[in-house]
Order: sequence, then structure tokens, then C-alpha cells
Amino acid sequence: MSDLLDDLIQDAPPEAPTPIKMRVQETIILRVVGKAVIPFILLFALYVQFHGDYGPGGGFQAGVIFAAGLILHALIFGLDALRRKVPMIVVELGIAFGALLYGGVGVVSMLMGGEFLHYGVLDGHDAAHGQHLGILLVELGVGITVAFVMVAIFYSFAGRSNR
Amino acid sequence: MGEQAMGPAIEAILFLLMIVLAVQIARIRSLFAAAMLFGIFSLLAAGMQTMMDAVDVAFTEAAVGAGISTVLFLGALGLTTSTETRPLHHRVTGLLVVTTTGLLLAYGTLDMPAYGDPDAPIHRHVAPHYLVDSSDEVGIPNVVTSVLASYRGYDTFGETTVVLTAAVGAILLLGGVLARDDERDDDNDREESDA
Repeated sequence: MSDLLDDLIQDAPPEAPTPIKMRVQETIILRVVGKAVIPFILLFALYVQFHGDYGPGGGFQAGVIFAAGLILHALIFGLDALRRKVPMIVVELGIAFGALLYGGVGVVSMLMGGEFLHYGVLDGHDAAHGQHLGILLVELGVGITVAFVMVAIFYSFAGRSNR
Repeated sequence: MGEQAMGPAIEAILFLLMIVLAVQIARIRSLFAAAMLFGIFSLLAAGMQTMMDAVDVAFTEAAVGAGISTVLFLGALGLTTSTETRPLHHRVTGLLVVTTTGLLLAYGTLDMPAYGDPDAPIHRHVAPHYLVDSSDEVGIPNVVTSVLASYRGYDTFGETTVVLTAAVGAILLLGGVLARDDERDDDNDREESDA
């Protein structure tokens, strides 16, 4: 049992510096529960992302939930642990990529003979399929941008307090 | 209690709790407690929006208001003190301004159509078209997503750009670049100590 616990918390050294004031030490329960819960939060974000056509949700909500999962990781295991997994350069590129994906769908639909963001032309045979594809891609763009924007803002706030 | 009466009863309880929380947030001096109460307030607002059948809005409120905002408040608290200082100005003036604004806003709502009124202008313009034709034109079951991503694709693109701009501002002002320089310094330190 204690081996299992050690395994669960091994990559979080007990003296991991948490620069944020919500300092968490001796928090084995937080770490174990966090490790168990965070994957499901991220999975739920993906569900919200790709199920937005059929139920409530969409790119914005999915992005926020995904970022919440990452930020929870930072709160439990420390900011540096998250920075190692999701470096700032990835965040910055992700922010730009999401918006470019959205705009890119618009440009492609123009190149294929429609108006900007007219998804119907994306599929030459079936306009409804084109709409589906377009909505899927732009929602993905929104989700990627929002997720990384939230992480970037969190980094900006939380990263300052250790100086 | 029948289902008809349940809705208004739950809404009344939610409203009551929100008012209590709002007053408490304004009165409380501990910023940490205020941040937590803000989160609860957002959660109640999300419950209220669910009662009004605006599940997409409620979802956003719960994720942004109760989730991310609380974390950002706490992050900001890490940079400042955790107790609010006593205000310099007279609090009576503030109360007067807030009360007047509130009364004017309440007066403004008198002109608005009743809640759920099917003849309200918002239900008579493009909404019927979206509800009736979106399954043929766009073909996805969630009309909210149809409107946001397809009919109003320009607006959503604009909103995405706004979110992107917010991050650019935060990174430039609060030091994404500086933070990266720090990392580089750390790396250099580590290399030096290794050597």
C-alpha cells in the first residue's frame, strides 16, 4: 500500500517549491486524488469539445475545463511541474494555432469558392457534411486557443509571485 | 409540490442566496473569503441559468466564473495582501451611487417584455428561422452551436481573437517573456553548478 502511495507521489518531491501562496505541503490526499481526477477532467473536456454539436458545450467551455485540469495540476504539484510538462513556448504557439485554425477554415472555404467561413463548400458533395466539418474545426480552434490562453494568464499571475 | 411550483421555488431560493452572498462579498474584508464567495455566487448563477433552460450559458458560467476566475483571483491574491484595506472615501457616497444605479436599471427593465414572453422581439426576428431551418441548413442537433459556430461564425471568430488578445496583454504586462528569462537563468545556474 505504501509502495502504491510512493509511486503515486514520486514525481512530486515533498519540498517541491510552490511559488503560489496557496502552498500545499504534506498533502498526500490532494496528490493522490489529484492524480486520479485530473485525467478525467481532461477527458471530460474532450467530451465537451466534440459533443458540443449534440449537447450543451463547445470549444469555449471545453478549453476552460481543459485549462482547469492543467491548473489543478499546477496547484497540487507546483507551478514548475506544470511548466515542465507544458512549457511557455507550447502555450504561446497553441494560442496562435487555435486562432489560425479558425481563420484558416475561413480562408479555405474562400479558396473553395464560398464566402469567408461558409462551411457548406468544404465538402463538394454534401453541404451538411461541410457544415459539420467546418463547425468541428472552428470549435477545435476555439478550444485550443481558450485552453492555452487560460494557462497563459495563470502562468502570468502565478509566475510573478516567486520573485 | 407539483412540478409547476418547483421551478419558481428553486429560483426564489437561488435568488435569495445570491443576494445574501452579494451583500456578504461587499462587506467582507478577507479577500480570500471574498474570492471563494465569488466562486459560489457564480455556481448559483449557473444554477439559475440552468433553471432558465440556458444550459450552454450555465456551463460557461460554471467553468469560467466558478472555476478559472476563482483560481485567477487566488493567483492575484498571491501577489498582494489577503485583507482589504479600509476605504478612504465615505462609504455612504458609494452606497448612494450603487442604489441609484440599481434603481435606474430596475426602472429600465420595466420596458422589457415579460420573462418567457413568446411575443418578445428577440423571439420574432431571426430566432424562428434558426429553430426551424437550422436542422436543414446546418444539420446539427444543438441549435446553440449552429448559431455560434455557423450563423454567427464571424462573431465567434472575433471573440476568439478577443481571448487571444487578452492572453497577449497578460503575457506582455505580467511577464511571459520575463518568466522565460528566469527559466533560462535557472538553467544557466544549474549548468554552472553542474560544471
